[in-house]
Amino acid sequence: MRLFFHELKGEQLLYWRSREAAFFTFIFPLLLYVLVSAFYTGDIYGQPAGRVLLAGLLGYGAATTSFAGIAIFLVIRRENGVLKRLRATPLPPAMYIAALLGSTLLVFAIEAAAMIGLARVTYHVGVPDRLGSLALSLLLGAAAFAALGIAMAAAIRSAEGASAVVNLVVLPMAFLSGSFGPTRHFPHVLRAIADVLPLTYLVRLVRSAIVFDQPIWHEPGAIGVVAGWGLVGLVLAVWAFRWEPSESG
Amino acid sequence: MTSAVSIEALTKSYGKLEAVRGISFEIGSGEVFGLLGPNGAGKTTTVEILEGYRKRDGGTVRVLGEDPERAGTEWRQRIGVVLQSSAVYTTLTVREMLALFAGYYRKPRPVDEVIELVGLMEKRNTRIKSLSGGQARRLDLGLALVGDPELIFLDEPTTGFDPGARRAAWATIRALRSLGKTILLTTHYLEEAEQLSDRVAVLREGRIVAHGRPADLMGRSRGAEIRYLRDGEEVVVKTDEPTRTLHELTAQALDAGVELEGLEVRRPTLEDVYLSLTEQDDETVLS
Ligand SMILES: Nc1ncnc2c1ncn2[C@@H]1O[C@H](COP(=O)(O)OP(=O)(O)OP(=O)(O)O)[C@@H](O)[C@H]1O
Ligand SMILES: [Mg+2]
Repeated sequence: MRLFFHELKGEQLLYWRSREAAFFTFIFPLLLYVLVSAFYTGDIYGQPAGRVLLAGLLGYGAATTSFAGIAIFLVIRRENGVLKRLRATPLPPAMYIAALLGSTLLVFAIEAAAMIGLARVTYHVGVPDRLGSLALSLLLGAAAFAALGIAMAAAIRSAEGASAVVNLVVLPMAFLSGSFGPTRHFPHVLRAIADVLPLTYLVRLVRSAIVFDQPIWHEPGAIGVVAGWGLVGLVLAVWAFRWEPSESG
Repeated sequence: MTSAVSIEALTKSYGKLEAVRGISFEIGSGEVFGLLGPNGAGKTTTVEILEGYRKRDGGTVRVLGEDPERAGTEWRQRIGVVLQSSAVYTTLTVREMLALFAGYYRKPRPVDEVIELVGLMEKRNTRIKSLSGGQARRLDLGLALVGDPELIFLDEPTTGFDPGARRAAWATIRALRSLGKTILLTTHYLEEAEQLSDRVAVLREGRIVAHGRPADLMGRSRGAEIRYLRDGEEVVVKTDEPTRTLHELTAQALDAGVELEGLEVRRPTLEDVYLSLTEQDDETVLS
């Protein structure tokens, strides 16, 4: 346990030191919330826009902090040899991954709290009543996206392109899943794609807690899809993740 | 003396390329062992098999009594590693990086002591990304030592060091040896191997072509080289009987009343022996 907290501390230091990561995965979702909410005034689906978008951006935050953040960190560390070097130390690999995950969840918890605070200050969105269900939904989402992030890291071959490739996945997914606003007017094909994306269901779960004040188990289907994606990510991660740099050429 | 490392008939191929073709050696505990050989000879492959990174194809390997392929975290408490290429978190400072790694070990050396040891005192609060190449390499050495391991693998640890830093690193390695640590060192600096190693092995194309104490390897050939200048041009005489040849040369010169300018008698260095062992004769290359 001492080792876990030691590594968690190290990961926190590394996270906040890395300006790019801190900006894209921490500040950016907060900025987007303010921007997107300024764009939609009034109601979305008959609900106050500030509240619906808070749910959307919390989902997006989980995807970008957990999925994009973990994938990019792991690719960079693998390619510059740090992961390989760590393998020669007594830090168990599972402990390392657990600390990275713990650190990411901590960052996301701060980000979520900041976003809820921001929503209150800027658009008078009250603090959600279903805080427990909200927390559980976000935890489930962040964990599933973390597993998918490790799997994604396995698929990326070089550090240079990592952040571009990851954003190429995250941004369209966020659009299609309704993180940034209503998708009812989207073409059929796009909505069909959205119907299989994990973020669509995470946003639905979060919306159910924040907008409709429902407990988490009110959406068992959405829980199932998010968890299912998480399991797929986990299997792929265990199967494909490598600690050493990909061979050049 | 018990052995810290023992390798017996080790083989390793990458696809069709046989990188290591049946090598055997032992490293006694407390010994500094130098692994030499040209680029691609199989040094890193061998060292990384010993560190547990790569799987061997054949042979037996024991490192601190265990098979590195199956060894766990307890075993890793006891080894220190400098990989051929540097690997660090560039956003941390020297001190933060060492403190992070120190925390992985049960009985680490004090971080400031390690910083002192590798000569980074002035840079201890500098971000790693702004270190020079040689300074970053010294940090790698520090990271290998911070866990106070009993067996240390150093894959070209002094690459990029300036002469002063190299001497300092040699002093560090000697100090480690006097503490009873076992060290496996690869290097392309023959003088370094000669200065530090109790024994060396020279690898070539995955085979050991020479093996022994540096002094013995050099002593194998009794020959010497005599050099002097004649009309401004260097003359090199290779001989197995340096005393007689030198006597004849100087007698002639005295008779002719000339001075042998730049006269020098040289025993072969480890480098000369090394070059003669690893030189490719063209026939083997072509066939
Ligand atoms: N991961 C790998 N995949 C394929 N071939 C490899 C791999 N690693 C090494 N080789 C090949 O195996 C041979 C031995 O490589 P190795 O890195 O062990 O040499 P070395 O003695 O350490 O050389 P150097 O002095 O350049 O560091 C080389 O021909 C190299 O190209
Ligand atoms: Mg090498």
